[in-house]
Amino acid sequence: MHLSYQMVLAQLMLGLNNGAFYAILSLGLAVIFGLLNIINFAHGALYMLGAFVALIGYTKLGPLLGMPDFHMNYWAALIISPLVVGLLGVLIEKTMLKRLSKVDHLYGLLLTFGLALILQGVFTNYFNVSGTSYNGKPEILRGVVDLKFRMFPTYRLWSIGLSLSVCFVTWFVIERTKLGSYLRAGTENPALVQAFGINVPLMITLTYGFGVGLAAFAGVVAAPIYSVSPIMGTEMIITVFAVVVIGGMGSIMGSIWTGLSLGMLEGLTKVIYPPAANTVIFFMMILVLLIKPAGLFGKEQ
Amino acid sequence: MKKSFMQFVMGTAILGLAMTASAAGISSNVVKIGVLTDMSGVYSAIGGKGSVTAAKMAIDDFGGKVLGKPIQLISADHQNKADIASTKAREWADTEHVDMITGLLNSGCALAVQKIGTEKKMISMATGAGSTTLTNEHCSPYGIHYVYDTYALPKVAGSAIVDTGGKTWYFLTADYAFGHSLEKNTKAFVKAHGGKTLGQVRHPLATADFSSYLLQAQASGAKVIGLANAGGDFINAVKQAREFGIVQGGQTIAGMLVFLSDVKSLGLDVAQGMNFATSFYWDRDAASREWSKRYFAKTNAMPTMDQAGVYSAVTTYLKAIKKAGTDDPDTVMKTMRGMKINDFFSINGYLRADGSMVHDMFLVEVKKPSESKSPWDLLKVIKQVPGNEAFMPLSEGSCALVK
Repeated sequence: MHLSYQMVLAQLMLGLNNGAFYAILSLGLAVIFGLLNIINFAHGALYMLGAFVALIGYTKLGPLLGMPDFHMNYWAALIISPLVVGLLGVLIEKTMLKRLSKVDHLYGLLLTFGLALILQGVFTNYFNVSGTSYNGKPEILRGVVDLKFRMFPTYRLWSIGLSLSVCFVTWFVIERTKLGSYLRAGTENPALVQAFGINVPLMITLTYGFGVGLAAFAGVVAAPIYSVSPIMGTEMIITVFAVVVIGGMGSIMGSIWTGLSLGMLEGLTKVIYPPAANTVIFFMMILVLLIKPAGLFGKEQ
Repeated sequence: MKKSFMQFVMGTAILGLAMTASAAGISSNVVKIGVLTDMSGVYSAIGGKGSVTAAKMAIDDFGGKVLGKPIQLISADHQNKADIASTKAREWADTEHVDMITGLLNSGCALAVQKIGTEKKMISMATGAGSTTLTNEHCSPYGIHYVYDTYALPKVAGSAIVDTGGKTWYFLTADYAFGHSLEKNTKAFVKAHGGKTLGQVRHPLATADFSSYLLQAQASGAKVIGLANAGGDFINAVKQAREFGIVQGGQTIAGMLVFLSDVKSLGLDVAQGMNFATSFYWDRDAASREWSKRYFAKTNAMPTMDQAGVYSAVTTYLKAIKKAGTDDPDTVMKTMRGMKINDFFSINGYLRADGSMVHDMFLVEVKKPSESKSPWDLLKVIKQVPGNEAFMPLSEGSCALVK
C-alpha cells in the first residue's frame, strides 16, 4: 500500500473527526463518573436520543403540531436536543439514580444499562433500524472545502471545530472556574462542601443532566454524518468505554486527549491494516491496563 | 421370558406400522409454521415483524386450515446469532413440533437451522440469508433457499454494470463470510465480462464511518465502487460517498445486496441512479401491487423482497401439503420439487434438487426524485433476467444431493 503524505493527512483529519465524538462522549462519562461515581451505561442510548430529537424535530414535529411546513432546524436542534435530553437526565437522576447513591456502583451500572435497553427497544419499534437520513444539514455547511492536500466536506470541518470547542469549554469550566471547584470539592468531601452552604444534591443532579446533555449534543452533530438509527449508540458506546478506561476514569483532560488520539490511531489503522480497525482501540486498552492500570491520566486510588 | 420378548418385538413392529400409516394426513393434528427472524437488530427492517405479518397473511389467505387441520404460526428472534438460532430451532422441533421454519436473515443462522432441519426432518425455507453454501457444501434434503443468493445478485447486477461501461472495480467488503462470498462472486463476473478489479478493502461489520475506506476507493481510480455489504453498512457507505463528492467525481457506487428499506432510508436524493439486482419490487406488476398494498395497510411500509418471500414460501409450502395430502416432510419436499411456483412474488419459479428456488430476477434502477410520484415510488425495473441465467447452474454447484 502506497502511503502518500496527503493520504495520511486526510486519514488523520477523518480520525480527528471520529476522535472528537469519542472525546465529547467520554468527557460526559468522565464528568458523571467523577462526580456521581456512576458508570453511565445509558450514555450511548442518550447519544442516540439526541440524534433522534433532532430528526423528529426536523421531520415529525411540524405535522404533529398541525404545521406541515415547520421544521426545527439544525441550529435549534444543537441547543434544544441537549436541553431535552439533559432534562430527561435530571429526571432519571432525581427519580432513580439518587436512590442508588448509597449502594455499590454495580447497581447504578445495571440500572443505566436497563434504561439503555428500554430506550433502544422503544426506538427500534418505531424507526428503521438500518437508519434514517437526517436532511436538516444547513445550506452553509454543505459542499466541500479545499484544504490544499485534499477536498474535505465542510460539515466535517465544522463538526471537528465545534466538538473541540465544546470539549475545551467543559474542561475550562470544571478545572478553572469557581463553579468547577465546587463540583470537584463536592466529589472529594460532600459533607464538608454542604457545610459551606452549597447545595450538593442539586449540583449532582445538574451534573448528570449536563453529562447526558453532552451526549445528546454529540448525537445532533453526528446525525448529518451517520444515519440516525436506534442502534447507533450501542456501536459507539463500547469504543467510548475503552477510551475512558485508557484515559483513566474520571479524568477530564485525559478523556479528551485519549478520545482524539485514539480516533486518529483508528483512522490510520483503516489504511494500514483495515481488518484491525475495530480492535486497535481494545488492543491499546489491554496495553495501557498492563502498564498503567489506572489509565494514562488517572490517579491510583 | 422369551415369549414376552417376542411379544415386545411384535408390538414394536405393529406400532411402527401404525406410525407409518399415520404419516398420511397431518402429524399431531396441526401444521405449525415458525418464523425465525431478526426482530430487533441490524436486519429487522428487512425482515422482523414485517415477515411475521407476511406469514400471518399467507395463512389467513389460505383459509387458516389445510386438509381440515388448523395452521399455527409462532415466531422468535434469532438475534443474528447462530447459537441462538439453533437452540430455538431445536426447541421448536422437539417440543413445539414445528413443521417448517422460514425467515432466517443471516447466513450463519440459516446454516445452523438447516443443519438441525436435516437431523430432525424439519423443512427450512430461508428467505433472508444470502450465502450460496446453503445449496452447495451444506445443502440439505429439507433445506430451501427461497429468495436470492450471493451468486444471482452479482450475476444480474455486476454483469449489467460491466456491460454498460463500468470496467474497473474496487470493493468495500464486509469482513465476514457473506461479504467475502459476495466479493468473490462479483469479481468472477466482472472478469468474465472483460472488467478488472483494482483492489478491495475489508471493513468490520457494523461500521459507522466509511470515509477512510472511501478515500482509498477514490484513490484507486476505479470506475465502480462495489459494496459487498448490507443494511446499515451499505447505507452509511453510500451516504458518505456522496458527502465526499465521489459520485460527482465520476465514480459509480454499486450495491451488491440492496433492500427496498435501504433505498427508503437513504432517500432518492442520495440513492438516485443506482442499479442493483432484486428478486422482487412491489410496483412490478398488477399482482405484486395488489398484495403489497394489502401488506402496506397492515404494516405502513412496502414489503422488502424478504418479507414478500416469506408470504410466498409459506403459501407454497401449504399448497404442497394440500397437493400431497400429508405434511410428511419427505413427501412435501418431493411435491414442492414437482411444482411450478408462480405467484405475485415468484415468476417461473421451481425448486431444484440442491434446494435453490430458481426464479426470475430483476435489474432495477433507483428513480430520480422528479420521477417519483409517491413516497414508496422508488425503483424502476430495467430488465427481467430468467432464473436459469441468474442462478448458479447445477453443474457448477457442489451439492452432494445432485447426482
